[in-house]
Amino acid sequence: MIEEIRRGAVANLPVGASVAAYGSVLGMLAAQKGITWLQLLAMNLSVFAGSAQFVMVEMWVPPLPVVEMTLAVLIINMRYLLIGASLQPVFAGKSLFHKAAVMHLVADENWAVTMAAHRNRGVSTGFLLGGGICLCSIWSMGTLLGHQLGALVTQPERFALDFAFVAVFTALTVSLWRGKADILPWVFAGILAILAERWLPGKWYIVIGGVGGALVPVAQHLVGRYNSSLACANRQSLEEIE
Amino acid sequence: MSPTPPNNVSVFWAIACAALATYGLRLGGLLLSERLPKNGGFKKFMEALPGTILLSLVAPGIVSAGVLGGTAAFATALCAWKTKNVFAAMVVGMGIVAIGRLI
Repeated sequence: MIEEIRRGAVANLPVGASVAAYGSVLGMLAAQKGITWLQLLAMNLSVFAGSAQFVMVEMWVPPLPVVEMTLAVLIINMRYLLIGASLQPVFAGKSLFHKAAVMHLVADENWAVTMAAHRNRGVSTGFLLGGGICLCSIWSMGTLLGHQLGALVTQPERFALDFAFVAVFTALTVSLWRGKADILPWVFAGILAILAERWLPGKWYIVIGGVGGALVPVAQHLVGRYNSSLACANRQSLEEIE
Repeated sequence: MSPTPPNNVSVFWAIACAALATYGLRLGGLLLSERLPKNGGFKKFMEALPGTILLSLVAPGIVSAGVLGGTAAFATALCAWKTKNVFAAMVVGMGIVAIGRLI
């Protein structure tokens, strides 16, 4: 278990570098909004979800719109429902307590790293947890550093820090590529997400693109089954004629 | 810096609700998955999902980053594909954006 935790932590270090980069951007934004470092730390440890925290900070104008904020977080993080479901093979046979303890530290990054590693060699929940501990520490340090430096670095975009998020998720997406069978689902997911982002409010595009794209292989599967049953029926009717 | 900081009670609830919502989704997804079918079309769905979710998360961001962002994202993807190194890919992408903005 300890060995797997260590491996998971090490495997997430490269991703951690960019997590620190966009964490520092969040810290700077939080400082501008008057969020104290303690409140930021509490958010890091309890919410631990990058994109949701960005939106919370964006909405952080007193009096705090708690209901709207919670709804926004629910919508952005709806993908965790699917992420949690996709981890089922990694958690197979584990106790409820084990699941409840490890799931808190599942973020996009250590999940993607774990899924890629799981396809190659099969990994345990320790690997996932190690990644979570590594990322949560780096995330907290990055955001708090940004919070302290907030006044010094006035233009984080000059250093492309705002692009760190896009860069790391582009690289992580590539690591989940399974081969030619992914072309159609991915194209479909990308188009849906871009259209949904343009035409729908909030962050629905993540769930719409993800689910829409993943439905493509389902449709292909159903069409394939329909065709084979059709062929089967044809053969039967031919035999009857003979 | 903000004129009137929000009171501690509303800060507590804002963070607590966000944390509970997020944790509920994380654990809920895992627990629900055990009650779902594990074959046929649904299995295909779950297998395709990791890639399509991450792509959906990032695709609009690439588009809104314009030509420079698109070029940088393409270089990042290419580097990640060739080297299997996420960090190197990220450095390439951020480097292109930083240099592009300087020019």
